[in-house]
Amino acid sequence: MIEINKLNSRIYSKLGQSGTIFGIGLFDVMNDKADIFVLSSDMSRPAGLDRFKTMYPDRFYNVGIAEQNLMGIAAGLASEDNTVIVTAQAAFISMRSCEQLRQYLGYMKSNVIAVGISAGFALTYFGNTHYAIEDMAITRSIPGMTVISPSDAGQAAKALIAAVRLKSPVYIRLTGTLNCPVVYEQEYEFEIGKSIQLKEGNEITLFATGSMVHPCLNAAAIIEEKGISVRVLDVHTIKPLDEKAVMKCLDSALLVSVEEHNIVGGLGTSIAELMAEKGNCPPLLRLGVKDSFSHPGDYAYLLAQNRLQPDLIAEDILKEYQKTKQ
Amino acid sequence: MLTVECDNNDMDQIENLKKKSRNMRKRILELTYSTGKNGAHLGGALSAVEIIATVYDQVLRYDVNDPSGKNRDRFIVSKGHCAIALYTALEQVGFLTKEELDTFETNGAPYYAHASRNILKGIEFSGGSLSLGLSFAVGVAIANKRDGLNNHVYVLVGDGECNEGLVWESLMSAAHFNLNNLTVIVDQNGLQSDGNTEDIMNCASLAAKFSSFGFHSQEVDGHDVAALCDAFRLRNQELPNAIIARTIKGKGVSFMENNRDWHHASLSQKQYELALAEQDDRDK
Repeated sequence: MIEINKLNSRIYSKLGQSGTIFGIGLFDVMNDKADIFVLSSDMSRPAGLDRFKTMYPDRFYNVGIAEQNLMGIAAGLASEDNTVIVTAQAAFISMRSCEQLRQYLGYMKSNVIAVGISAGFALTYFGNTHYAIEDMAITRSIPGMTVISPSDAGQAAKALIAAVRLKSPVYIRLTGTLNCPVVYEQEYEFEIGKSIQLKEGNEITLFATGSMVHPCLNAAAIIEEKGISVRVLDVHTIKPLDEKAVMKCLDSALLVSVEEHNIVGGLGTSIAELMAEKGNCPPLLRLGVKDSFSHPGDYAYLLAQNRLQPDLIAEDILKEYQKTKQ
Repeated sequence: MLTVECDNNDMDQIENLKKKSRNMRKRILELTYSTGKNGAHLGGALSAVEIIATVYDQVLRYDVNDPSGKNRDRFIVSKGHCAIALYTALEQVGFLTKEELDTFETNGAPYYAHASRNILKGIEFSGGSLSLGLSFAVGVAIANKRDGLNNHVYVLVGDGECNEGLVWESLMSAAHFNLNNLTVIVDQNGLQSDGNTEDIMNCASLAAKFSSFGFHSQEVDGHDVAALCDAFRLRNQELPNAIIARTIKGKGVSFMENNRDWHHASLSQKQYELALAEQDDRDK
């Protein structure tokens, strides 16, 4: 049973988002339903599916290194009144099988939950072929898709449970590595499409998603040392965007989006689209990958290179904030 | 539930099937003509007529009055371009009315160049993007087998479609998962949009390729309904099956046969009348 408390959140953190989804959260939904299948394209071990495979060997299919066929088989199984969870690296599930996501999940509305593991820079020295900095942009643009980007390991498990109940196509993007930071130490309500305010404040609002939520809390602390109040929102659902929550933040002098993703097409773009339609909004600073490939290194190095460490986030925000005062 | 066992000794049955095929061709021509300059995928629809007619008349177990019945056989048209041929078969067996199909390729109508999944109308798959139907069918076959259904999953693919990598991923997985409840029919008409399949992307020895992927393969004349019936009847019970049906693109209309210009085309009044007259001649 997924239960968020101080001790559990430490355990979940150790397992990382993927380990918690497939090692713990998955068993909650298996208790609920008998018609769930899990499919993977030769990624069950990295995804943390070993325990599941042992306990439910007849509910698991490995389709080999074939992400396109992974989605096709999943859709076929789903068409026979099953719920199917598929997993592969985010880069390949969103790009190698991009058309399959569109056709089977979007167009045919298959009851399939696609879980992209190792999104962003989690695969460090594997290099750019294995980074997924476009997956939210791709999946978000497909009609009918729900896109979730959990902020910590416990939330990843909550997202899976909520996605199974939704009974419509979902893409869940898992970020961070093992020992990922804990955002939530107490039980809370997770609802798809409802962002969570983690910190009060009004001069600057940070909209953060996935692995960037925790660094944003630290960045907010740095900024507040300067006497500037900061609001932080965990925008775990990229689509549908929690428009009401965004509109409530327009009292700030500066809005900031922070994501471990290209600034093209992800969270920042979603908020920018909304603001452009509404008009009369404060400026929006989009922090993330600046439409470029990265030089491989360890995770901290990659985040720093893309100015996504707390001190660098704070520095960039303060610089932009000063402009609003001129 | 229709459960006709194929028997090519029954000449009436074969003659009846030939007649149904001719009627499908006429209707395909009529519907294409009705689209005016928009046209339709004529060549690949005409090559698949006998295959589809045989499937619906002699092979597939279904019930028009219970279209979503769990035990039905599934017929998945992966070669989505020949949806117009599928529609005419669905009309012939009563899934679609003439009035419904007369809306073909009119604004907002549900029947257009590529069929969209609608179980109540007998359409199992949203075809159009090549190779996706076959991969989907593998998932359906796995599910049906797990559910202990005594049914069969049939998939129609084109030989041009076999250029797609996903076809081969799907075949590999069908054998791996022991899907003896899956039969793949290849409409091997030898032509694709840009020309002869052997010139565009040589996919020679298709039957051998299927066999090497773990299928029981048969090759038949895809316009010989008796031979098609035999091939379906002689399915291997232990393996996934492949029927490589050698066909002629544009079959049944002299000026369309083996002519890639008719892959997707519209019909002038004169062409329509000529094409229709050829069908009527065969009826005599």
